[in-house]
Amino acid sequence: MSEVRVLVGTKKGAFVLNSDAKRQKWDVSGPFFGGWEIYHLKGSPADPNRLYASQSSGWFGQQIQRSNDGGKTWAPAGNKFTYEGVPGTHQWYDGTPHPWEFKRVWHLEPSLTDPDTVYAGAEDAALFRTSDGGQTWQELPGLREQGTGPKWTPGAGGMCLHTILLDPKNPDRIFIAISAAGAFRTDDGGKTWRTITRGLKSEFLPDPTAEIGHCVHRIAMHPSRPNTLFMQKHWDVMRSDDAGEGWHEVSGNLPTDFGFVIDVHAHEPETVYVVPIKSDSEHYPPDGKLRVYRSRSGGNHWEPLTEGLPQTNCYVNVLRDAMAVDSLDECGIYFGTTGGQVYASPDAGDHWSPIVRDLPAVLSVEVQSLQ
Amino acid sequence: MIRVVLPYHLRVHVQSEREVMIEVTGPATQRSLLDALEARFPPLRGTIRDHDTKKRRPLLRFLACGEDLSHQSPDAPLPEAVVKGAEPYVILGAIAGG
Repeated sequence: MSEVRVLVGTKKGAFVLNSDAKRQKWDVSGPFFGGWEIYHLKGSPADPNRLYASQSSGWFGQQIQRSNDGGKTWAPAGNKFTYEGVPGTHQWYDGTPHPWEFKRVWHLEPSLTDPDTVYAGAEDAALFRTSDGGQTWQELPGLREQGTGPKWTPGAGGMCLHTILLDPKNPDRIFIAISAAGAFRTDDGGKTWRTITRGLKSEFLPDPTAEIGHCVHRIAMHPSRPNTLFMQKHWDVMRSDDAGEGWHEVSGNLPTDFGFVIDVHAHEPETVYVVPIKSDSEHYPPDGKLRVYRSRSGGNHWEPLTEGLPQTNCYVNVLRDAMAVDSLDECGIYFGTTGGQVYASPDAGDHWSPIVRDLPAVLSVEVQSLQ
Repeated sequence: MIRVVLPYHLRVHVQSEREVMIEVTGPATQRSLLDALEARFPPLRGTIRDHDTKKRRPLLRFLACGEDLSHQSPDAPLPEAVVKGAEPYVILGAIAGG
């Protein structure tokens, strides 16, 4: 009998939700690390009971937590994140050079094959890796030093490395995204990196098609087609079919192409989900209606999914790491809101219901499908 | 033994209630006390002071005997009442919010 475990990071702690394959009744445990911002939790594909959590605080800094029993108990791991060498400067909001300073880990991406290996995306933007289960972390400095680093500028939320995609067919290939620098790819396990921003256009830039400066919000990939990437940019939903060599817009008939999350159906590589948000000034859904949009054609043609979602007076946001899918036979879709609701659809988006509805603001949602 | 009062958010790292007892060998200063605290509870490393520079994190304060010790030299002797355990050494998160 399959089970599903949902890992929810919030502004004030972590929560773990469990259900059977029907995904109708949920057992909620938590808060874990009450009062701390939990930017992200994720389980190891190689050992689903091995979980990692990024715990952050403006007062007390960064902590990494690890669980070996599926989130029942946790223990602190290593929290020392040091940039390699002399980190130099990036560009500050006012255009002046600003030293790289570690602030927090936004995203943890466990290795596909080794439960002790995890990648961590940091603010200020850098990629770290542990190979001892989180006890020690080493930077992969080739990203920060790939040449454009001094031009990187923080977005309003900080200069965060928030997306890490591991290519399941090529262990040397990793995609990452940084706000507001852009998207990058390595083909040699993280030693060297190149920008993958051709085709992106951002009107707020002096040169809208510049190599650097695009505020990428999220990139998603279906594991069976790692060369096809879907991107929710600040504005624009984009697609690449050549591992990021070039991008083209697939916003199509979306009511607005601003948003944060994007994800792909577990069994249908051309079925994509986004949650349109009215604008970068307002950060809530258009018309007070919380709607997930689904494209079954890999973009351009989108249908609103509303059944079970609030269609009046809804002004929550859905942040970049707060959508996930399970891999049960009928794919489940999940997302969390800044209003503290986590919505789930056990039928690929046709029907939704809140599986928990009064949590602190949700920062991240991940799902594990367990046998 | 020196009594150290930890802020709420850090108690999860020491599996303790409000206060922990710390033994300091040699002269009792803020530096030696915090070194001993971090040695006993390694997850606290980096949460009170910077890992490398050992500078106090900006939004924390160190209080004892009705005084703010935050800006004193880390190598100055701790107050006698703290060393004897009569008064606690308080690590306080800055009050913020509204």
